[in-house]
Amino acid sequence: MAETIRKDLEYENDPNLVHNAPTKVRVKKKIRTFKRYIPFFIMLAPGLLYLLINNYLPMFGLVIAFKDFNFVKGILGSEWVGFKNFEFLFKTQDAFIITRNTLLYNGFFIVLNTVSAVGVAILLNEIRKVFFVRLYQSIILIPFLISMVVVSYLVYAGLSVESGILNNTILPLLGLEPISWYMEPKYWPFILPIINLWKSIGFFTIIFFSAILGIDKEYYEAATLDGASKWQQIKKITIPLISPVIIMMTLLSIGRIFYSDFGLFYQVPLNSGMLYDTTNVIDTYVYRGLLQLGDIGMASAAGFYQSIVGFILVLIANLIVRKRSKDNALF
Amino acid sequence: MTKETRRWQWISHICLASISIFCIIPFLLLIISSISDEMSILQNGYSFLPESFSRDAYLYLWEQRGQLIRAYGITIFVTVVGTSIGLALTALLAYPLSRKDLPLGKFFTFLVFFTLLFNGGLVPTYYVYTQIFDIKNTIWALIIPVLLVNGFNVLLMRTFFMNTIPDAVLESARIDGAGEFRAFFSIVLPLSLPILATIGLLQTIMYWNDWMNGLIYLTDPSLYSIQNILNRILTDIQFLTSNSDYAAQSGKTISQLPSATIRMAIAVVGILPIIVAYPFFQKYLVKGITIGSVK
Repeated sequence: MAETIRKDLEYENDPNLVHNAPTKVRVKKKIRTFKRYIPFFIMLAPGLLYLLINNYLPMFGLVIAFKDFNFVKGILGSEWVGFKNFEFLFKTQDAFIITRNTLLYNGFFIVLNTVSAVGVAILLNEIRKVFFVRLYQSIILIPFLISMVVVSYLVYAGLSVESGILNNTILPLLGLEPISWYMEPKYWPFILPIINLWKSIGFFTIIFFSAILGIDKEYYEAATLDGASKWQQIKKITIPLISPVIIMMTLLSIGRIFYSDFGLFYQVPLNSGMLYDTTNVIDTYVYRGLLQLGDIGMASAAGFYQSIVGFILVLIANLIVRKRSKDNALF
Repeated sequence: MTKETRRWQWISHICLASISIFCIIPFLLLIISSISDEMSILQNGYSFLPESFSRDAYLYLWEQRGQLIRAYGITIFVTVVGTSIGLALTALLAYPLSRKDLPLGKFFTFLVFFTLLFNGGLVPTYYVYTQIFDIKNTIWALIIPVLLVNGFNVLLMRTFFMNTIPDAVLESARIDGAGEFRAFFSIVLPLSLPILATIGLLQTIMYWNDWMNGLIYLTDPSLYSIQNILNRILTDIQFLTSNSDYAAQSGKTISQLPSATIRMAIAVVGILPIIVAYPFFQKYLVKGITIGSVK
């Protein structure tokens, strides 16, 4: 056994040997190499099969958007309707609202999260005692650990009309009237970014903090010797040196800007119909269309729109990343 | 320490302490509310300083424990099974792809990679899992869709295998007559414990916190995980009661339930395990986040 393998390797390593070998041997060798890889194909089969079912089958299912789909008739049995579903979708006000909400919220999240997390990471880097660095880091990561359902409970304790702490304690202290938070859409463009920041700041801080830790300490020593102030060091050393990471993270988020955190927009506002104007995004629209309203035509058209535009955005974002640094690009 | 350094120390400590408080204060409100007296909440709302305390909410949950224990059982089952199968499939898929000499290797890697760029979205996925594979209202609905294998994790693990498993070690194993499976289980996996632990941890948290699969594929409450119960109860406090004869037993009507505090108590029960375990896995979580971001 070992003998034959070693022979195989000899053939592989020495092109002359392969070329000079008679054809029969070459074919035999090919079969044998292939045989050698059979265990590998067995290993990758189950995982690949899963991806085919979970990811590739639904890609073909996108044709639903061009059909008058009916669960009883199935995909093949349903009739083609061309672009009818899209016509209906884009005639409604909804198409504009969900696109606007998705883009504006996610765009704002990117800016807010990045600026805040870079700030926190810089402050964290100033702390000398390792104990405190660990402590702060652990605490601000706690919200990242819990599900959006639990977040919606925490928000409810704050905003509930009858018993929320805002209406009962904080607003009266400021001399303000109680507000029906779950019925007034105008407040949610402020509420949602705060919740999103609260939940994800720990995650982004860790990424930027680890980038700062990677900076060579000698830069700071030299700067201190030259009499540079802390503020100057932050502006001239820290930020420029972590900017590749900042740009990378931003571009990757831009690539995902057409997808939103479903829980944040569905569960946290308690699926309140009065708030749709400022809480409805593509993901929640598709979910409601499919499972609550039974409007599969519109849902599948919106889903198709999201898949295609999302795909184009990922490609563009990656193209830009790739131009800056090949290592950081997805492909 | 110069004067300036000291000043920066102070500023940083003050800012970070405030941010830390901002991050945990909602949890504090949640816990205090759950042990508040229902009456004081009805009068003054949720508060850090309630007029009186009470354990009624937890007593009520204890009476309803059957359903909560069941839900916990489901969550634990789904998390353990999902993470183990997912991790196994991920490693088994990543290892062959890490071999540079695998025939069609580039093509398979691309298949994995493409799933990160493009996906069919909810409607076709729902169709596949309900019409082609009938997993609606089965436990598999909580395990299989979306969460089991993630292309990104496969590529992460592939990179790890490529960088840390020396070819020479595998070569010598093969010369010693070990089959590929033997080599994988007795050489590759033991050398890859760090990446297995990190990805396993992230996947555990994902399964533990998932409620979307339940929301989409379950209509049968007996399969609800703890997150699905939480999801339901927030808007429908009678959900727990409607599945039992609590009202009949205790002689109380539903309107007499301490519902404002029960809500908070059940959320506390929901987050307790993850908060208790957090100090133990914190280090790995930080590692996992950084690995994922810089590849």
